[in-house]
Order: sequence, then C-alpha cells, then structure tokens
Amino acid sequence: MNWKTFFAMLSRDAHVARRNLLPLLLQNLLQPLLLVFVFGRVLTTGGMMAARFKDVMLPGVIAISMALSGVQAVAMPLMVEFQFTREIEDRLLAPMANGWLAVEKVIAGMVQALVAGLVVIPAAWLVLGSGVHISLRHPFEFVAVCLLVSLFSAAGGLTLGCSVGQTQIGLMFSLVLAPMMMFGCAYYPWSMLSAFPGLQYAVLINPLVYASEGLRGALAPQVPHMPAYVVVGALLAIDIALLVAGVRQFRKKALS
Amino acid sequence: MGIGIRIEELRKVYDTPPPMAARGAAFARAGMRSGRNEKKNFEVVALAGISLEIRPGEVYGLLGPNGAGKSTTIGILTTRVKPNGGRALLGEYDVWKEPVKVKRLIGVVPQRPNLDFALTAREILLFHGAYFGQTARERSRRAAELLEKFKLTDRADHMARTFSGGMMQRLSIARAMMHDPEVLFLDEPSAGLDPQTRLLLWEIIRDYNRLGKTIVLTTHNMDEADALCDRLAIIDHGRIIARGTPSELKASIPGGHLLRLRFDRVPEPLAAALQALPGVLEVRPVDSAGADVYADRGGTLIPAIVSAAQAADVELRDVSISEPSLETLFLHHTGRSLRD
Ligand SMILES: Nc1ncnc2c1ncn2[C@@H]1O[C@H](COP(=O)(O)OP(=O)(O)OP(=O)(O)O)[C@@H](O)[C@H]1O
Ligand SMILES: [Mg+2]
Repeated sequence: MNWKTFFAMLSRDAHVARRNLLPLLLQNLLQPLLLVFVFGRVLTTGGMMAARFKDVMLPGVIAISMALSGVQAVAMPLMVEFQFTREIEDRLLAPMANGWLAVEKVIAGMVQALVAGLVVIPAAWLVLGSGVHISLRHPFEFVAVCLLVSLFSAAGGLTLGCSVGQTQIGLMFSLVLAPMMMFGCAYYPWSMLSAFPGLQYAVLINPLVYASEGLRGALAPQVPHMPAYVVVGALLAIDIALLVAGVRQFRKKALS
Repeated sequence: MGIGIRIEELRKVYDTPPPMAARGAAFARAGMRSGRNEKKNFEVVALAGISLEIRPGEVYGLLGPNGAGKSTTIGILTTRVKPNGGRALLGEYDVWKEPVKVKRLIGVVPQRPNLDFALTAREILLFHGAYFGQTARERSRRAAELLEKFKLTDRADHMARTFSGGMMQRLSIARAMMHDPEVLFLDEPSAGLDPQTRLLLWEIIRDYNRLGKTIVLTTHNMDEADALCDRLAIIDHGRIIARGTPSELKASIPGGHLLRLRFDRVPEPLAAALQALPGVLEVRPVDSAGADVYADRGGTLIPAIVSAAQAADVELRDVSISEPSLETLFLHHTGRSLRD
C-alpha cells in the first residue's frame, strides 16, 4: 500500500475543501439550522410541542446533518466526475490500487460529516436558547457513535455515487434519502413507533434510526433510546456492508 | 534503459454505452433515450485481436479513423480499460496483473482533458507530483519548469477550468510529464493546438524521447506521424491493417501520390480528361476551381495535365504534389476512403 499517494490525495481533498470553506459551511449548516429553528424554537415556543421535544430532536438533527453531508460530500462529486468531467481519472492513474482511492474518498467524507454534525451543537445552542438538556455524560459512546455514523454516511455516499446513473439523481433523492430522513427516528424516539408495529420493525433497516437513537443515548439519555450495544452493533454491520459494497462498486465503475 | 511494450491478441468488446460525455463521439448516443433493452443490446467490438511490439525508447504511432480502437488500445495499456482477451505487457509487468507497478511507469495524456477543475494549473502539477511521491522541493521545481516549457507560467495560478481548450491540452501534457514517466502515452496530443504550439509540442516530444523514453501516440495526421514516429500501426475496425516505418508504409502504396491542382474553373470535360490520364486513380473536385488527383505517379503526370487543361481552355494556376498521406495510405489498405 502506497501511503504517500494516499495522503497526497487526502491533502488534495482538504485543500479543495479549504478553498470552498464558505459555501461548504453554508451547505452543511443551513439545513440543520432551519430544522432546529422550526422544530426546536417555533413549534415549542408556540406551544405545539412540549419543551422537552428540543432534547428529542437535537440529536436527531445532528444525525441527519451528518448523514446528509457525508452522502453529499462523497456521492455528488463521484457522480459528476465519473459521468461528465472524468476528473477522477488523474487519481485513478496514480500509483495506488483503485480501491484505496475509494477508501480515501470515504475518509474525506467522514471528516466532512463529522464537522457538519458537530457544528450543529453550538449553532443549536444559539438558536434554541435555554431549555436544552443535552450533556456529554457518555463521551466514549458519543465518539464511537459519531465515528460510526460518519462512516455510514460516507460509505453510503460511495455506494450511491457509484451505483446511481446520471438520470437517476433525482430519483435517488426522493426514493432513498427522503424516506430515510422521515423514517430515521430523528424527530421522535424509536419506542414511539410501537403504535405502528409493522413500521417499527420495518424502519430497522434504516441506518439513520441507529444514528439518531445512538446520539440520543449519548447526548440526552433521559429520552427513551435503544441500548448502546444494539446501536453500535447495527451501525458496525451496516458500515462494513456499505463499505464493502461501495469499494466493489467503485472498482467496477473505475474501469470501462 | 527504456521500457518496451508487447500486446498479444488483445480483444475488447464494450457491452455498456460509454458514460455521458466521456468521449466526444458518444455524445449523440448518450443524449438519446437509452431504455433498458437498448442497454442490454449494446455491443461494440472495439478491438478484434491486435498484437503489437513497441521497442524500448521508440516513438510509436497508432493511426486510424474515428472509432478504430486507438483510444481503447491506449486505455488498456494504461490500466483504464479492461480487455476481454489477450495480454498486454509493459516492460516486465502484465498490465492486468500488476496495474500499480505499471501506473508508476507511465504518463498519460487522454484524448479529452480530464484536469482537476477544483485546482489551479500549478496545483494540478504539484498534487500530481505528490501522488507520485515527489518531495515538495522536487515538485515545485519541476512544476515551474513544465509551466515554463508549455508557456503557461503567466496563467499558472488561475483555475484550470478557466483555460481555453488548447491550454488545457498543454497542461494535460505537462501533467503527464510531471513525474518523469518511462513511457508516455499521448492520445491525439495535437488536437486543438494551434500550428505553432503543435511544433513546440513535437519538439518537446522529441526531446523527451531523446532521454530514452518510450512514446506511444495516436493521431489522424500523417504529417505528425511522419514527423515524430519511428514506427506506425494503422488500425481500422479494431484490427491492425498495416505497420512499419513511415517510409516503408508510404512505399507500400502504388498509387501513393496526391496532386492538388488549382484552375480558374473545372468544367466537366476537364474532370473527365484528368480521370482518363494514365495512373490516375481518383479525381476529387475541390470547391469549384480545384481538383485533387490521386495517382500512382507524381511529377511525370504534369505535362499531361497541362495539355488536358489547354485542351479544355482552362488556366492551370497552381500544382502541389504531396507525399502519400494517411488518406492515401488508408485508401490503399482498406479500399475505402477515410471519410466513408
Ligand atoms: N467507454 C466506452 N463504452 C462503450 N463503448 C466505447 C467506449 N469507448 C469506446 N467505445 C466504442 O469503441 C469503439 C472504439 O473507440 P475508440 O475510442 O477506441 O476509437 P478511437 O480510435 O480512439 O477513435 P477517435 O479517433 O474518434 O478517438 C467505438 O465504436 C466506440 O463507440
Ligand atoms: Mg480516440
């Protein structure tokens, strides 16, 4: 394995991200801010929701923010570069096995997802004002879940970006990402779905469920949540599956 | 030392349409609706078994019309296209068994520039050097050198996406030379370059070759092949139809001469008279006052042409006799014109 090449590619991605810092921040920050504001401020202040709803949805918004930004950071450039500009070819010609380029993309995506998730916390404090009860009582759990969630989003982005054709980008959003967000238990705890038993078990294929529940367990343990070992186990399995599928798909796509 | 290349019975059948805009020629098809069935039925035999041997330190040219399989051959040799059969060896490495070792040895200029649009010209070279493990000092020296050589220094810190087509092409060639590869592949390197830059490029290629590097290039242009290549292969429909040194190839054509004639006008009887001259294979009208005569002899036809012109009461204004071109070569070897 050629680490020099690998790190050079990482530094290329870091360089490009630095250059696009402002648009990148806006892209990653605006949506979570809006979600936090509408769900956390408008609905609770207006009395539609109890104040403790803030604690339920904040970890969920972090999960969504991480998931979306990782997918976006990896899938979008890959689609464009494979289908249209072929920009990625110069890196495919670098002296490194093609699969490692996919891994590099995933790591760069993870960093972006982590930043996008963590930046929600201070932003939410500003927007929500008082009455948020989140804490870092389980730091290891928090770090582990964050890493696993960012890996799921980046590896998911890799798989999507290498499987979805140019005509299906819109479909991807409406058929994969939208349901994932709505049934990702971001705005309600999973246990609340017990009123819909079929649905409650169906959503278990959705990785965002574990992401939201895991972050809830780490940041707001007073809200009902899945046990940590379930979250970590499920995310680990999903991560490995997505990573393997994504790298395989990437290697296939890289050759004509 | 230099590195040679051996290709044995290489075959490639594409079974999916090319990605959108990956190749200029594919645009029309990709733009059309491609239903499921169409996708399944897509099958293009790009290479029907070609074998080649390229010697270390040689400049080797692949000539052929659009769709002949030149880029596919280069794609296979540069680890970018997976062949369906056959073998390709670069130096001692099998391209498909040890792609990473091969990638280290080669520099590639693709037919369509694939520059990293998120970077400036200089950064493209610097990062490319970094991918190949060059030290910071080495790569900034080399980048500055190449930018100067390709006359890009004053635009070095502009984003590559703002470049004109020819500038992108130049940068793409500079990038391929950045890590000092043993084998340089150039797919239509002079496409889109102005005549002056083309000459500059030829000079750069020759200089690079003098360092003992092997160079493989494709072209449509016989002059270019003639000016640069030690040996050539002519490819058509995924097969090699002729090979040899440029002069060998040219000598192989009996009707290898092209006489470009300019008159004040070309009436029908004159065209017929030209066609009837001994040794003339084809007369092709050009505009309204010219004719391209393909013949198996050159200067010896002139007296007869002059008398034919006089007989038709037409003034002969200009004559140029060209050496055999790809066009005439191709016509000879396939019985078809390049444009068919
Ligand atoms: N990625 C691809 N997917 C599917 N078909 C392809 C692909 N690349 C090339 N082809 C087909 O293979 C054949 C050979 O193409 P190739 O690009 O090798 O030709 P070429 O000799 O380089 O032509 P040109 O002079 O136009 O560059 C063509 O019929 C082309 O449509
Ligand atoms: Mg080509």
